[in-house]
Amino acid sequence: MRFGTRISNIALVLALGLAAGPALAQTVAITGGRLALGDGSEPIEGGTVVIRDGRVVAAGRGVAVPAGAQQIDAAGRWVTPGIVAGFSRVGLIEVDAVGATNDASASNSPFSAAIDVVPAINPRAAAVAVSRTGGVTRAAVAPETARSIFAGQGAIIDLAADMDPITRARAFQYVELGEQGADEAGGSRASAHVLFRNALREARDLSRYSGIPGGGGAAREPRASDQRDFPLEEVPDNRLLAAGAQRSDDVLLTRFDAAALVPVLQGRQRLLVHAERASDILQVLALKREFPNLRLVLVGATEGWTVADRIRAAGVPVIANALNDLPATFEQLAATQSNVARMKAAGVDVSLGLINNEEARQIRLSTQYAGNLVALGKVPGATGVSWGEALRMITSGPAEALGLGAEIGSLKAGRRADVVVWDGDPLENGSAPLLVMIDGVQQPLDNHQTKLRDRYRRAGEGNLPKAYER
Amino acid sequence: MKGAFAAAAALILLSACTRDEAPRSASSEAAPAKPRTYSRDPFPSTYRAYPGVPTAITGATIFDGEGGRIENGTIVLADGVIRAVGGPDTAIPDGATRIDGRGKWVTPGIIDVHSHLGDYPSPSVEAHQDGNEITGPVRPEVWAEHSVWPQDPGFTRALTNGGVTALQILPGSANLFGGRSVTLKNVPGRTMQQMKFPGAPYGLKMACGENPKRVYGSRNQMPASRMANVAVMRQTWARAQEYDRRWDKYEKDGGEMPGRDLAMDTLRGVLDGEIMVHNHCYRADEMANIIDMSKEFGYKVSTFHHAVEAYKIADLLKDNGICAALWADWWGFKMEAYDGINENIPLVHNAGACTIVHSDDPNGIQRLNQEAAKALAAGRRMGFQIPDEIAWTWLAINPAKAIGVADRTGSLKVGKMADVVLWNGHPFSVYTRPAEVWIDGALMYDAADPSRRPVTDFELGQPGEGDVK
Repeated sequence: MRFGTRISNIALVLALGLAAGPALAQTVAITGGRLALGDGSEPIEGGTVVIRDGRVVAAGRGVAVPAGAQQIDAAGRWVTPGIVAGFSRVGLIEVDAVGATNDASASNSPFSAAIDVVPAINPRAAAVAVSRTGGVTRAAVAPETARSIFAGQGAIIDLAADMDPITRARAFQYVELGEQGADEAGGSRASAHVLFRNALREARDLSRYSGIPGGGGAAREPRASDQRDFPLEEVPDNRLLAAGAQRSDDVLLTRFDAAALVPVLQGRQRLLVHAERASDILQVLALKREFPNLRLVLVGATEGWTVADRIRAAGVPVIANALNDLPATFEQLAATQSNVARMKAAGVDVSLGLINNEEARQIRLSTQYAGNLVALGKVPGATGVSWGEALRMITSGPAEALGLGAEIGSLKAGRRADVVVWDGDPLENGSAPLLVMIDGVQQPLDNHQTKLRDRYRRAGEGNLPKAYER
Repeated sequence: MKGAFAAAAALILLSACTRDEAPRSASSEAAPAKPRTYSRDPFPSTYRAYPGVPTAITGATIFDGEGGRIENGTIVLADGVIRAVGGPDTAIPDGATRIDGRGKWVTPGIIDVHSHLGDYPSPSVEAHQDGNEITGPVRPEVWAEHSVWPQDPGFTRALTNGGVTALQILPGSANLFGGRSVTLKNVPGRTMQQMKFPGAPYGLKMACGENPKRVYGSRNQMPASRMANVAVMRQTWARAQEYDRRWDKYEKDGGEMPGRDLAMDTLRGVLDGEIMVHNHCYRADEMANIIDMSKEFGYKVSTFHHAVEAYKIADLLKDNGICAALWADWWGFKMEAYDGINENIPLVHNAGACTIVHSDDPNGIQRLNQEAAKALAAGRRMGFQIPDEIAWTWLAINPAKAIGVADRTGSLKVGKMADVVLWNGHPFSVYTRPAEVWIDGALMYDAADPSRRPVTDFELGQPGEGDVK
């Protein structure tokens, strides 16, 4: 690694010979770079990525450049899939402490599970552009709990500079079943678990009384996962909200909330469960016995390494913070930066997300966090991951855990062409993107921050105030 | 800039030498009777360096912390201090433990000027929230050291993952006058006093902007606005000047001892140049107001902390000899942080002002080297050719100056405290971690030796006790 001279970003983009604007219709070949596919494999020298109609046609060594393709010379650069944030709140918040701009949670709302982040996502939030400039192209966006253990439904978004951010609406339901869940449930974990079971019971009853097939949540024949991964375009099912859909008098949830949990119960929508403590994790895994169709994803799992064999046996993927190493709460006493790699070594499907207070603005740090997991490999007694594995944990890993592995997260043929060309090793502190493509479209890399930088490049003022410099 | 700093440092040094002599001279038979005064150091440091062995690291790349760089360098530590630093021909004393530093880097230990370890420790439970005395906006009488819990596991992470050897613990920013800071050596102790950096001057934490006006405005108290922030601060300084005059007169002429006011003692210490001001301030325009206020009342701001808009007034900071303690890339969490940019650190540095990388965070303090690396790279991308060894001043001599310990630590100069980190690679790489850390020449961390890895009382008997964290 070097921390040598770098020329400016602008100059490098020019050197790449890129035409500005959409590259949708044309075939583009990015050649000569050090290519990492995002699937866990190590980088390839002199790899080629071919893109057409917003999709990856081929990527690897020895891939032929189609005749007439626009060629981007990435010699000396690194080429990767766009970074995927496995857990975030990007697009929901402009300024955290300015309530009017913060749509993460709704402490005075009557609704919980029914909440859907989609209407709140602002693709023009400053953090979207800042994250894009840092090479992040997709993110899981989760709501935050307020008065219920259920936060509501999260989406997968892209970070392109356009007004169509949703990759998959209602990709998952998010629930708290640790300290936070206990708090939302009135004060104890036991209460949270009763509330959880009651909520799924109300969902089951609602779907049963509505006469919707399979609504009872009984065990079903397993199907191929791709069949079950269809987008939930019609949730809640309008039949569940119709006047004829009866409910018991003995309910806690609103009809909307109960209806929103039906696809969770049926296994048509993933359930992301936040739990950190080892015993909480085991309680979450046990839910599968009671509700066999649940498609669980563990979020957090700071103590996961201590029960990694049981997480692996349950086949539940994990989206974890990379570097928790403090007993920040009593549910994280066993925290160590080796958690992620130890779970991985035990066979757990683990990826990275930001489950902290940086989740709205700083998903661009995903690369740094992944790099730190590589660093652990050199520390005696610690457990690290390979470089390719670290990249996988912030690209195809979270994409697969969230059911979008066939669409995003890697440079395999057929995937959406989310491609980043970096000026150096993307996991290194000193590196930055030179080119970001989302769905094959070259993205602008300027934002509020880069404009401030350019205005204040020179200290002091000239013939006119700074307000005239841009 | 340098001149102003040297003057400030000399003043601190002078006051550090003289401030404890009043009680002694009062009891001295030879000297003429002087009025009894109060102790400036009622909670004295009991820190003792732990035993070390003469150690020589050879073949390493050395960043000396003041901007110097030595390839294939040798450094010799003995008797708690740096004995020699130089090239491969540096003499190594007989019997010294030799460490092969080839492929590794040696730097001074990182100094964090903005930490709340011990005051907001892990676990972050309600019972541990001891960093803000949110009962009034003017609380210079509280001392952060009286909230420090030495068993905070965060200290150990800052040492083993971060290579942090000294740190300033500050009160929080809820108040305009938050209280006194304390500087610690990052050596575990049973008491705060055992960690206290001997002879380090106190700091005064001040805060402008959103926090004080939000906390008190929401209670319908003053300050509820930025203008009230300044009004309350100025009124308080005016009171402090009066207090200072009364005590100056008494200590010179005798007479009836004025009443003690612990809040005013702290502010008097600032006006007398004994206590350094650390001012939390985000916005450029507010920093300019603070600078004018400091001139009005005759004190100096050592450092603006956070200062996410420092880049907008870097020339002003340089001209006034004020340091800026900054994050590499934090932004947007509140309104006054909205204009944070990745180039803040290199822009302030490039303007010639004293630049510091700080954490304010128990996780960030473990990666200050990486934060500096990100800022350095952002600067280079905009064309500032800042060498690695110059950038290391942001983590070493500059923070040492800002907290008044630059004469004793913060760089690898002969005779200084042997606060040293051996890194297992280039310390600006994400792939690098400390291999060994010495504090006052004692080996406090060795990645290869689990017995040189501190475990706090809190973590004993817990899952993961003694684990590599």
